[in-house]
Amino acid sequence: MDIDWFQKIGNFGLTLLIVTVYGLFMGAFIERIIAKVQGRIGIPYTQPIINILQTLTKRTAISHGIMFYLGPVFRIAGGVGTLAFVPVIFGSETFSNFSGAGDLMLVIYFMFFGQLGMALGAGESGHPYAAIGIARGLSQMTAYEVPFALSVIAIVLQYDTLSITEIVAAQQGGWQHWTLFTNPIAVAAAMLAFLGMTGYSPFDIFLAPQEIPIGPPTEFHSAYLSLLQTNRALFGATKLVLFMNLFFGGATGWVELAIKTWAIYMVAIAVGVAFPRFRIDQSIRFFFKIPTLIGIASIVYVQMALVR
Amino acid sequence: MIKSLSTDATLANAGLSAEEQDLFSNARPTAYEPYSIKAVEDFANWCRANSLWILAFGTGCGAIELRPLMTARFDANRFGVAGRPTPRQSSVFIIGGYSSVKTLKRIVRSYEQMQGPKFVIALGICPVNGGMYWDSYNTIKRLDQYIPVDLYITGCMPRPEVLVAGALELKKMIKEGRCDGANRYVENFDWYKANQKKVIKKWDMPDYNW
Repeated sequence: MDIDWFQKIGNFGLTLLIVTVYGLFMGAFIERIIAKVQGRIGIPYTQPIINILQTLTKRTAISHGIMFYLGPVFRIAGGVGTLAFVPVIFGSETFSNFSGAGDLMLVIYFMFFGQLGMALGAGESGHPYAAIGIARGLSQMTAYEVPFALSVIAIVLQYDTLSITEIVAAQQGGWQHWTLFTNPIAVAAAMLAFLGMTGYSPFDIFLAPQEIPIGPPTEFHSAYLSLLQTNRALFGATKLVLFMNLFFGGATGWVELAIKTWAIYMVAIAVGVAFPRFRIDQSIRFFFKIPTLIGIASIVYVQMALVR
Repeated sequence: MIKSLSTDATLANAGLSAEEQDLFSNARPTAYEPYSIKAVEDFANWCRANSLWILAFGTGCGAIELRPLMTARFDANRFGVAGRPTPRQSSVFIIGGYSSVKTLKRIVRSYEQMQGPKFVIALGICPVNGGMYWDSYNTIKRLDQYIPVDLYITGCMPRPEVLVAGALELKKMIKEGRCDGANRYVENFDWYKANQKKVIKKWDMPDYNW
């Protein structure tokens, strides 16, 4: 079968645009929900887009070196690369991106890639707070990747495939086929890792605007910052789509996608508005204890009960 | 290291020691023209006006009035006003009341590190004429002589409501394109520097802090 690559790239561009805009609006929506919890009205829905345009139209920008330029580029390459291999809408030719055999491995690699690129860029900015933020961010990432990786191994064993599309296909045919109900232990480990991934309280020590001014992006400004803001929306939405695909049965339409991703995000928000911030040592100890044990339990459960 | 090639466009950096000279840039700041298409510049100004990022640097007693802006009672977030922890990312600098000479040094450093276009709001009566510190030996009287000020909010102390009203007024001014403090600072750079050096006796920093 001939693959029309121009068609594919065009489709991916469309998906990229929709997911980015969706991520920006959902960011504002979530901010407003947090504001309601605090008894405020909150930002307008268009505020994230205006913020990006504001940083983009700054007249001056200074550089600290080549890696400083490349840091935000690597960051957004990580976001775009992650999205490129995640099928967004199940069963849709247009919105399935470049998903194929083994894409789950590639996606997990791309999720690391952006963070490491950002670490190099922020390192060259020379700001001590950026270095502290990077050290904290990377250690926390190492910690939450452990339960997440265990949970991914569990569902790979369960469905016997490394393709996200096939994992989604295996969950079709009703809510009782979702990983959430067939393997709740793996989902529990992954959702605990998700709390660390989103960077909301109690796991927001690496940004911590009150003590280390905003951490890694301290020195990033103007167009660099607008790239980082765009990636924050895009990468956040992509992670939600990935979690929806792996654990909550995927989506066959945009409305289903919007409802499911919003509900997944609300888990992090509900925890975030209720709990204060962990110190970095507390957060790492947390991930290495309960979530890691749950992750190991999920693999044992899959081997004992599900794999025949 | 960025060094300006033209000799007459370099700063002396006389306050730095010999080994520190190489660590800092000696280029003069340059003024930036607005976008050549007026509609683009108007749109950029609209974006700048609707996304005011305040530098979270409390320079005087008025800083206590900045905190309630983010609380449920005043909620400046709904006007696009947000706090930003680093000068690199902020666009609005609110001078909270009196400024001692020691603080002025930090104000100048922070102001110069902000990326243009940048706006300054002077809060309270003290930055206007010295206020109750008019005969103090270590506070400055007119802030406008040291950094360009776009908007004054007078009173002692102005309440957060006035600060919100000031932010709305600043938005109106930015949309009309009347806030060009960054360029004014560059065009009158020598005058501002001479004034700053007149009061800051121990000038141990570069002449322009990038």
